[in-house]
Amino acid sequence: MTQTINLTIDGVAITVVEGTSVAAALARSPLPAARLSVSGQLRPPFCGMGVCQECRITIDGKRRLACQTPCRAGMRVERDAKFRSDQHD
Amino acid sequence: MNAPDVIVVGAGIVGAACAWRLTQRGLRVTLVDDGRPGATAAGMGHLVCMDDNPAELALTAWSLALWRDILPRLPDNCAWRDCGTLWLAQQPDELEEAERKRQRLADVQVASEPLCASALTAREPTLGAGLAGGLWVPGDGIVYAPNVARWFIEQAGERLTHITGEVIALEEPWLQLRDGRRLQAPAILLACASGANKLLAEQWLRIKKGQLAITDRYPARLSHQLVELGYAVSAHAPDGKSVAFNLQPRPTGQLLIGSSREYDNPDSRPDPVLLAAMLHRACDFLPWLADLNLIRCWSGFRSASPDGQPLLGPHPHRPGVWLALGHEGLGVTTAPGTAWLLADQITDNKPAIDAAPWLASRLNRQEVNA
Repeated sequence: MTQTINLTIDGVAITVVEGTSVAAALARSPLPAARLSVSGQLRPPFCGMGVCQECRITIDGKRRLACQTPCRAGMRVERDAKFRSDQHD
Repeated sequence: MNAPDVIVVGAGIVGAACAWRLTQRGLRVTLVDDGRPGATAAGMGHLVCMDDNPAELALTAWSLALWRDILPRLPDNCAWRDCGTLWLAQQPDELEEAERKRQRLADVQVASEPLCASALTAREPTLGAGLAGGLWVPGDGIVYAPNVARWFIEQAGERLTHITGEVIALEEPWLQLRDGRRLQAPAILLACASGANKLLAEQWLRIKKGQLAITDRYPARLSHQLVELGYAVSAHAPDGKSVAFNLQPRPTGQLLIGSSREYDNPDSRPDPVLLAAMLHRACDFLPWLADLNLIRCWSGFRSASPDGQPLLGPHPHRPGVWLALGHEGLGVTTAPGTAWLLADQITDNKPAIDAAPWLASRLNRQEVNA
């Protein structure tokens, strides 16, 4: 039986299989991007191995790489406020 | 196509500024560049008044005065900010050096303000505890140098022809490019850093590798370029590797962290041990940096003359060859002064500052005296 855990992405609950990376959880969310570039472009995870730095995101209040961070129960994953207002307003 | 009046070799910020200024003086200029990134692409873009010796102080202060007319005209992508420099004193005796620095700057009408420990904290509240004080130089600033170089080239207009090519030989008045083209002009200005060694068959320039690291974007916590007052002491060790704290808040919310120095290592890969020493040094001043994410680090190569001062002006014994070389870490700051000085010399006008300290003929004298 596979364990599942619950976390939130921008306050929205999501359930994933234990061992899933935050990058994989983002890929299963409605908008798979991690952040916005300086010029406002959507930036999703790219290399998946901690090199390209495209998937940096705020996890439990600290800037992390989504692809190098395993999901944990109760984890809060947050994209920046501008991203959220652009997507949900 | 008619031959230009001047060919400038190297389109970094120094070569670009020279090309622009020469066109302003009515000359037709060809700017030739190999397209490979140099120090302009790698550096911090700090506009800073430096006072290690009277000639350097005269050149940087004059250049900053020239910058003040240019900066308001720059487009947004040049990222000019008038953040000033905060020079930081760790030890009480460094405050005496801060006072001497204030006096030297005042002698050339550059304003600065000594800060006691509490005044320093008031100006930059997140600095670590235990600093003795500092010196605030409000006239300094920052730019994004690669875009400033492009802007100089755009401003030059129709009098400038910008071509991509690698210069492989200098036989004045001719330049030979690798692709077979030959260019001719009565004046040839070399602004190609250590690449000039080969063209001149001299060993006037050494490379001085530096490293920088940049963080992710964070809400702004700093509002000044920060440099340790011990910078000159630790940065100018004669040989070997050294680090000194130098940090710049970028308009994006990123923090650009320097600096390191290492002579004669052409390997462009970052050195993790030296990088760690540089970051530890930064954390001495700003302990909260340890919680931030770095997203990139890279290296670049300053080019240094034997006495650490730039070579500006005519070649000592080759008429028609002009030099704008060896700016080390001050090429961005001194690009306008360099350009005005060379344009005056090439057009046979008297420069606004004394050109004698920068003449390359001093190198020959040193060799004789050695």
